[in-house]
Amino acid sequence: MIALLIRDLRLSVRAGGGFGLGLAFFLIVTVLVPFGVGPEAEILGRIAPGILWVGALLACLLSLDRIFQLDFEDGSLDLLATAPLPMEGAVVMKAVAHWLVTGLPLTLAAPVFGGLMSMPAGGAWWMFVTLLIGTPALSMIGAFGAALTVGLKRGGLLLSLLVLPLYVPTLIFGAEAAARGIGGFDASTPLLMVAGITAGSIALLPFAAAAALRINLR
Amino acid sequence: MDNVRTKQARDGWNWLWAWANPVKFMALSGKALPWVIGLTILTLAVGLIWGFFFTPEAVNFGSSVKIIYVHVPSAMMAINIWVMMLVASLIWLIRRHHVSALAAKAAALVGVVMTIIALLTGAIWGEPMWGTYWAWDPRLTSFLVLFLFYLGYMALWAAIEDPDTAADLTSVLAIVGSVFALLSRYAVNFWNQGLHQGASLSLDKEENVSDVYWQPLVICLTGFVLLFIALLLVRTRTEVRKRRIHALEMRERMSDA
Repeated sequence: MIALLIRDLRLSVRAGGGFGLGLAFFLIVTVLVPFGVGPEAEILGRIAPGILWVGALLACLLSLDRIFQLDFEDGSLDLLATAPLPMEGAVVMKAVAHWLVTGLPLTLAAPVFGGLMSMPAGGAWWMFVTLLIGTPALSMIGAFGAALTVGLKRGGLLLSLLVLPLYVPTLIFGAEAAARGIGGFDASTPLLMVAGITAGSIALLPFAAAAALRINLR
Repeated sequence: MDNVRTKQARDGWNWLWAWANPVKFMALSGKALPWVIGLTILTLAVGLIWGFFFTPEAVNFGSSVKIIYVHVPSAMMAINIWVMMLVASLIWLIRRHHVSALAAKAAALVGVVMTIIALLTGAIWGEPMWGTYWAWDPRLTSFLVLFLFYLGYMALWAAIEDPDTAADLTSVLAIVGSVFALLSRYAVNFWNQGLHQGASLSLDKEENVSDVYWQPLVICLTGFVLLFIALLLVRTRTEVRKRRIHALEMRERMSDA
């Protein structure tokens, strides 16, 4: 499992695309929003947590189709399926690798980008915490979506259509927790809900994703 | 001992699983279909005409209140059809009955149309009553999310060529999607109450509606259930026939080669 993780990490860093691209996309979204909304610090500060969350979600979405597609095309996914490692374990490792190259950088970058959105003091901390708890769920749900569409030639758009509705609860609770935390309210309920979604996704979705992969490899 | 018991349990349900045989399903549904269609037309005509023309106009709402005879049944069906698709998907995954998978596929379009009807009639009603076609009310929002789930489900069916693979994958999606759709429902509730305290726009219809409106509404609800069954039978029969045509074509191609 660790070997698979290291292999995936190496591939994504060396092949280019995954690591920097998502982060750059996130930065562009954060820069574009003030152009559209206007530079007033008050408005920007209020919508900042939502925009950062949506931006992180979209950046995460961008690289989802790479989770399984390349391995499916060159046949290494078949090897993984016949390997002693259960498919579920492979799925988890793939999701972890995706999170390490997408979710984690986004989480680290969000507090910095929050400065661009004139977020109030203390906002950086809340963005970091909510994204740290929420982005693993995004990667895991995304891995499930990627497993569903892995056999398709042009699966990218379909993947977005499938995954975005599944992202709704995570986004709602995550952005709500950040907004409440920044506003000085009690954020424990939404925060616990995000943590619950993340834990539940990691516990259960690998089985669904592995089932989908087996069906696609049949 | 254990085997005998499971076998007996299975035998007890045989009358139900007999429907899963495509040939039997086609014969039975073919016989039932005219009756179902007739009953649908009858109940819908009675319910809608009673509701539209023979109920008093409500004090605060005027005649616009009568849209509930379309709005409430379509909204109810939009949710129930998703549940039916979930059950059909489970049956397909567990017992591999083709009719079940095809029924789930056939139900999706009816479900999406019901969702659109519910959203549209709600918007038409909302404009004079709330002063807006759309508000991010929890109920409205969760229906929009349900609509997106239907779209994703249908898109996945359309995208995959092999019918059995498509049935498997959409079934998995239906199960996972159900969990997340339910989660979204509560998330949306939480989200809006958290932002606009007390600005709830939804009516608790069942409590407010008096008997005068309730009786035709029940007939309309029954009519919509029958309508769904009729449409489901027609569409499932189409899917079964399509599958047969496909099989015939494949056989033809094999004999040519």
